[in-house]
This record gives sequence, structure tokens and C-alpha cells, in this order.
Amino acid sequence: MDFELNEEQRMVKEAAADFAKNTLMPKAEEFDEKEEIPKEIYKELAGLGYMGIMLPEEFGGSNFDFISYILVMEEFAKACAGLQIALSVHNSLVCEAILKFGTPDQKKKHLPSLARGEKIGAYSLTEPGSGTDAGSLRTTAVPKDDFYMLNGTKAFVTNGGIADLFVVFVLTNPELKSKGISCLLVEKGTEGFSIGAKEKKMGMRGSDTRQLSFSDCKIPKENLLGKENGGFKIALILLDPSRITVGAQSIGIAQAAFEDALKYSKERVQFGRPICNFQAIAFKLADMATEIDAAKLLIYRAAYIQNQGIRCTQEAAMAKLYASEVANRVVNEAVQIHGGYGYMKEYPVERYFRDARVTEIYEGTSEAQRIVISRQLLKE
Amino acid sequence: MRISEEHEEFRKKIREFAEKEIEPKAKELDEIGKFSFDNIKKLGEMGILGMVVPKEYGGSGYDTLSYTIAVEEISRVCGSTGITVAAHDSLGVYPIYLFGNEEQKRKYIPDLASGKKLGSFGLTEPDAGSDAAGTKTTAVLDGDHYVINGTKTFITNASVGETFVITAITDKSKGYKGISSFIVEKGMKGFSIGKKENKMGLRGSDTATLIFEDLRLPKENLLGKEGEGFKQFMITLDGGRISIGAMALGIAQGAFDKALKYAKEREQFGKPIANFQAIQWKLADMATQLEAARHLLYHASELKDKGERFIKESAMAKLYASEVGRFVTYQAIQIFGGYGYLSEYPVQRYFRDIKLCEIGEGTSEIQRLVIARELLR
Repeated sequence: MDFELNEEQRMVKEAAADFAKNTLMPKAEEFDEKEEIPKEIYKELAGLGYMGIMLPEEFGGSNFDFISYILVMEEFAKACAGLQIALSVHNSLVCEAILKFGTPDQKKKHLPSLARGEKIGAYSLTEPGSGTDAGSLRTTAVPKDDFYMLNGTKAFVTNGGIADLFVVFVLTNPELKSKGISCLLVEKGTEGFSIGAKEKKMGMRGSDTRQLSFSDCKIPKENLLGKENGGFKIALILLDPSRITVGAQSIGIAQAAFEDALKYSKERVQFGRPICNFQAIAFKLADMATEIDAAKLLIYRAAYIQNQGIRCTQEAAMAKLYASEVANRVVNEAVQIHGGYGYMKEYPVERYFRDARVTEIYEGTSEAQRIVISRQLLKE
Repeated sequence: MRISEEHEEFRKKIREFAEKEIEPKAKELDEIGKFSFDNIKKLGEMGILGMVVPKEYGGSGYDTLSYTIAVEEISRVCGSTGITVAAHDSLGVYPIYLFGNEEQKRKYIPDLASGKKLGSFGLTEPDAGSDAAGTKTTAVLDGDHYVINGTKTFITNASVGETFVITAITDKSKGYKGISSFIVEKGMKGFSIGKKENKMGLRGSDTATLIFEDLRLPKENLLGKEGEGFKQFMITLDGGRISIGAMALGIAQGAFDKALKYAKEREQFGKPIANFQAIQWKLADMATQLEAARHLLYHASELKDKGERFIKESAMAKLYASEVGRFVTYQAIQIFGGYGYLSEYPVQRYFRDIKLCEIGEGTSEIQRLVIARELLR
């Protein structure tokens, strides 16, 4: 066993931590309040290689490994989870989908501009009536001549309002149910494709979440990603790294909340001494630190397996489930340690508390993770 | 325990009122962070703003259990209105009734009970939260006046209130026995209100700072005797905790009712999600915990009504209701899935609102301290 990062991973982590602390952290409160992240920041991120983190150099990417990517996401989530989620969708869902399943032409057409931040990616699987039951899509894509005719509605699409390129899952053969799902690349501005109003959310308010609707929208057949009716498999393959990413996000938020709480507990004096001197607070801190560490180890294990190109469905689901639950416990205690101040927007723990809540919901709810984990257990 | 038919009737009446008059505005009050004076007017007409005060002072003369039920039902639709009532009744009006002299009661309570004026309570300070006896605000006797200096923070109803009960040190050498209580009125020279706090939840309630700069307060505004302040606010908080517990219970019940309905309607994998054991067990746990919290609260209310010691029971009820309340609202969001995270659906508001119940009027840590102290007494 080896718990050490290699030289490159360590450098990537340090650089990401610096950028997150100096550039993202000071803006996070504003992003949250205004429910918007200015688009210019994506150019800045591209300049630093964060818009094509795992893409090979030939496409203008940074060519970092998956472990490095996870470290970047963790560091970014500590500072601003709203931006980090936008970035993770772009990187581990959109860039990766095209890199892994795209044709040479599709890669050449889209990857360099995604890596340069000229295009932002969005990923769309969920529908209003199809959440945990992801195989029950209703958006149809009827093959005709050289195009597909799309009709339907997609929900909860991160980057919906800022994206230029959408990876969209549709039903090309409704009779085959989940085996009749295909994955298409849809460009913003295509006729018949409209984007709904920005959703107002409890947290992750910097990130832009929308509904998408398709009404007799024609998508050229050359925009098919992978094989026709082979979409569900793509979704499942992308889901593992994506769950590890949400796990990294969870511990990033948790770590930030913990650090604030630890600092506050040393400064805040009640009954004539710092509150960290009370066992009730000290034990809370002990539990928080222990759980964060355990969650980190689960995430790094899953990332380590994923990094070797091995499927890690079980490990990824466990890591995501545990990390998101830990994050919510930790942010709750962090608010508690801050007392009344923790309930005020002046203190970042208030935002961490709201942001963390969604980690148990997206990329598969905790219930969906338990379905995945138990199914694997019972298969053996 | 079973509550009487009269109490059930009363609950029905308040629920109808709350659903008709309070609930439709709750989302907007939260979103724009606005206080509703219109709600106050209606609550006053319903007799909810001086509930446990006898009729001779303009109150409604209800028992504590009825008051608990009222706060519960109002909070079930709007936590912000729930805390406004709880702060007004338990902290603003009640100490004046309990500790005020005849003249003070006649002067202040009728306007408070009718809703013409709102009451507020200033105890917490920037450096005196859980350590409430660590108060730094001073009141120095100068002729017929007390000169008051200091700051009170996180005060509910601060900028909308007109009558304030506050604590200050009159004799530093006596420690917590040197704390006294006073009645302060809005608009007095030397008394100002700081900016409104921007909160995670309960955004329709008003929270701000009270600032005293050489406020010259007439001597007759002393509540009770000098040095009784600590004892007074401990007694006030014992009752106040029941109302925060009731608020937590109400918010949680509101979230539960919505989650139960949604679980029956939402279909995934070809059937309502309520048919899955994972969801059923959540609902079962939520309902069980709510029921237990309700019993603790009603029991504490009854003890108070009987004049028995209820310090431990009110702390237990507040602690338990606020903790299980967070669990219940948390699970309600989980049952709603992605929709639960959207502002369009109320469960996220319930989740944000209820978090304060573990902080206000004594954090959960303080409740445990109170309970342990009672156990070891």
C-alpha cells in the first residue's frame, strides 16, 4: 500500500489549492448571493489548464491523471463548490464522454475548443419523470434520413444556461427501454432546442441549473456519440468517475467547514475559556476529523482504481455515499460550533451547509448508491 | 398522552387559520426576506399574541399547551411567523407579565397582546451567547435614571419591536447576581437598531442588533428588583424553550406532511416511491420521532400548566424536537430528490428554517448542560 502522491500529483494539488484560495474563495460569497458566475472566469480557468484537465495534450488538454483531477476538484470545492461543480461537469462528463466515445472528427471538432474554454459543456440525463430510475427516459430521438428528431424535456441540467455543447441522452428505440438509449451531442442554438429559466436553488447557487426542451429538434446523425442504442452504457461508465468527483466535492466542502469550525472554536471564548476546551466541542471536532479522513480514504481508493482504467462501480458508490453523508454531518456540526454566527450569511459555514445538501442527491441519491452497492453485494 | 377535545378543536381552528392566512405568503417572505405586519395584525385578532396572559391584562388566558399547539401549527406552514410569535409571546410579553409590577403590566401588555406593538427580548451579546451570564451591557444608576451602554445581538423582532425586555449589569462585583432586567421602548434617545441580519433561514423573521449608547432609562423601567435579572431570564427561557420546541415540531411536521404526499405521488420504476421499503422506513422513522417529540413537548407544557418543575422536561423537549426536526426535514428533501433542492418546493425552506431551533434560546449543547445539571442536582 502506498498513501503517497507522486511528484506531479503533489504539484497539481498545490497549484489548485493556491488558485482556489486566492482567486475562487474571495468570490464565492458573491457567486452564491448573485446566483451567477461570470463567464470570463472560464477563460481564466482555461488559461491554467483547468478546462481540459484530463484531455491529452494533442487536444490542448493538461493530460493530468484521474487522481490529480480529483485533487483539483477537492481543492476547488473547499473554496467554491458552485464553480467546482460546473467545472467537473465540463471535465469529467463532457470532455471525457467525447474523449472516450467520440469519433476522431468529433474529438477534433470539440475537444480543443472545450479545453480552451471557448465552449462550455453540459450533460443531460435526468428528466422530470426520470430521476433515480434513469433507465426510464421519455425524450425521444426518432431516426430519419440523416438526422434524429428530438422531442422531450430534460431536468436539472448543470451549466444549462452557460453551455455551448450538450451531451444528451435520448430514446432512439423506446421498445428496448434502457437498451434503446443513445447519446447525442447537441449544440446551443439548434432549432427546436430551448433552454428554460435558471432554477433557484438552496445551495450551489453559483452553478447554473436549467431545464432543456426539445420540440421537433433535428440533430444530425454525425452527432451520435458511440453507437445507436449504446447510450446507457456510456452513462454508466461515466457515472463511476463522476460519483468519485461528487465524493471529492463533498470532502472539499466538509474540510472547509471543519477548518473554519476548528479555528472558530479556538478563538471563541465562553465561560472564560475557548470553547474548544470543552469536551462537548472537542469530541465533535474529533468525530468530524475522523469521518472526513475515512471518507477521503474511500475516495482516494476509488480514484486509484479508476485511474488504472478498471471499473470501480462499487467503490465509487461507497465513496460517494459515505462522503456525502459525512459532509452533511460535518457542515451541520460546523454551524453548531459557530452558534448564532453560523446561521448568518456573513460566515461561510452557512453556505457550506446549504451547498453540501445536494451531494446526497445528484449523481445518484444516497438511495441509488445503496441500490448499486447492495446489488453488487448480492450478485456475488 | 391524549390531549383534550378542546385542545384538538383549538388545533383545528389554528390550522385552518394558518393554512388560509399564513401559508400563501410564506414562500415570498422567505425569498425577499420580508417581515409581514399583516400577519401580525391577523395573529393579534386571533388572540395569539398574548396567549397565556390573563384576560384582565388584555391577553387570551390560554394554557401553555394551547400556546404550544398554536406555535406548532403556525410553524407548520411558516417558520418565520412561528419564531416571531414565539419571541413575542414567550420572551417579549411573558417576562413583563411574570416579573412586572401592576403599573408595568397595565402599561405594556394590552398593546402587546393585541398586536398593536411587538415585543422583543435582548439577552444575547456578541461575547455572551451560551454564556448568557457573561453579559457586558451596563446599567449605571444616576439619579432617577439608569444609564445603559452596550450591544445585544441576534435579537428577534429587533427592528419591528416596540417594547423590549433587556438585561444589563447593575453591579459587576456580584457576578451573575448583579444582572438586572429593564423594559426599553423603541425610539428612546440613546437606543438604536443595527442592520438587519442576512440569515440562512427564517428569513421572514426580523433579526438585528440593539445598541445602547448612554440611554437614560427612567428608574421605573426596572423589571422586578435589581440583581434578579439572571433568575428572571432563566425562568423566561424555561418557558421559551417549549415554544422553540413547538416551532421545530411544527416545521418538521409540515415537511413530513409534504414528503408523505409526494412519496405517494412520485413514481419511479413504475410505482409510487412510497411502495419502496427504503422510503417507507424513512417515513416510519420520521413519524415515530415526530410523535415522541410531540409527547415530550406536551408533557413539558402540562407540567408548566400544573405549576410543577419543568426545567429538565422543557430542555429535553427543545433538544429532541430540534434534533429530530432536522432529521425529518433532511429526509423530506431526500424523498423529494432533486426537487427538494429547488426553491420552488418548500421542503428546502423547512430545512433551512429548522436549523435555528438547535441554536436559538440555548444551543443543543446548552440544553444538554441544563439536562445534565438537573440530573446531577
